[in-house]
Amino acid sequence: MEPEAIHDLTPAYALDALDPHECAEFEKHLRHCERCQAELAELQEVGSSLAYAAPAVATPPALRGSILEQARAERANVIPFPARRSRTTWVLGTAAAVAAAVAIGLGIWTALLNNDLGAERSAHDRVADALAIVAAPGTQRVGLTGGKGLLAVSPSGQGVLVLSDLAQPPSGRTYQAWVIQGKTPKPAGLFRGGNTTVVPLTTRVPQGSIVAVTVEPKGGVAKPTRTPIITTRLS
Amino acid sequence: MHLTHLSDEALIALLERGQEDALAELYDRYGQIAYSLAYRMLRNETLAEDAVQEAFLTVWRNAARFVPERAKASTWLLTIVHRRAVDLVRREERRRTEPFTPSAEAASSEGSAADAAWLRLQRERVQDALRRLPDEQREALELAYYGGFTQSELAERLGQPLGTIKSRMFAGLARLRELLSDVQIEEERWSPKQSTT
Repeated sequence: MEPEAIHDLTPAYALDALDPHECAEFEKHLRHCERCQAELAELQEVGSSLAYAAPAVATPPALRGSILEQARAERANVIPFPARRSRTTWVLGTAAAVAAAVAIGLGIWTALLNNDLGAERSAHDRVADALAIVAAPGTQRVGLTGGKGLLAVSPSGQGVLVLSDLAQPPSGRTYQAWVIQGKTPKPAGLFRGGNTTVVPLTTRVPQGSIVAVTVEPKGGVAKPTRTPIITTRLS
Repeated sequence: MHLTHLSDEALIALLERGQEDALAELYDRYGQIAYSLAYRMLRNETLAEDAVQEAFLTVWRNAARFVPERAKASTWLLTIVHRRAVDLVRREERRRTEPFTPSAEAASSEGSAADAAWLRLQRERVQDALRRLPDEQREALELAYYGGFTQSELAERLGQPLGTIKSRMFAGLARLRELLSDVQIEEERWSPKQSTT
């Protein structure tokens, strides 16, 4: 299509009157054309007022309930990214998808565990346990404010934080997780950042409690000394 | 929580946090308009229900994609409803050009009497504005918006060059905006104490 002609598609796009090919082409153009974005916003507003002119017909009584029921069924799988970082929604269709997303970062995490913890249990076992919690059907999963990822909590209150794209803490510092019920924060684990970080929380996460992450001096502290960078609430 | 006093935009923000009651409130505000539009386009109850259900669930899933600086929430929602109905009308080959006369006006199935009166007023205003458009502009808008025809199909059907159809759609929308702009559509709709006159 000629460069200028594509601007002329705006009214038809506002009315959904383009064929799929034209539509795709226009949407590609729209992403970087401020003139068309502004014009489209105005035309869509006028265009959608045509909806009001449709003769009123009674809505089927069951429709409302059916929409809400479906929305409820989907809710457990919809985990929004915090608005500050991204406005896209992270839709995790199934528990398997969660496990897959977590697995992407596992190599890195396993390496961290081996270096830092030298735990009596193998890193592999801990990863497997954490993954099992994240992916279990009864697990509650909530999004985070301040960072990408999720908090997964098993019915018995075992919590796992999964964080992605978290920068390494400044030197001499560590990330520390907290479980806050009422006004008392309990330490829930130390960790570093990375592509994907899986943090099995060392403190139980009761319903209604807040899980927060702060940056603290290396070795951790008994009470948080900083404002949390990441928070979420289990409700 | 009481949501009736919240703006449409605030409700969308609540959807982002997974609050179903905000979705219920949005449905109570726009379900009737959405369904009437879908029924007008599809002329079939089951298909209209499908379109409305899919549209509201799209809103539910994609609330985070709503950009309040770019559009009103009602415009965003009705655009999604329209797109779903267009998809269905094209897929089902249900496009018609003959005038639409519904068998029965809704006995306002939900919402208060004040809401119903307000909706009727909006409908009459837009219908009136449509009537005042030049015939060929109204025809282009109605066939595209309610009929689900593409601009190329319209050019062929009306025996006009594509450029003519494009300018009729543009001129029609621009004129419609003028006709509607003396009184703001939708403004203050959900303020219970607000007079609608």
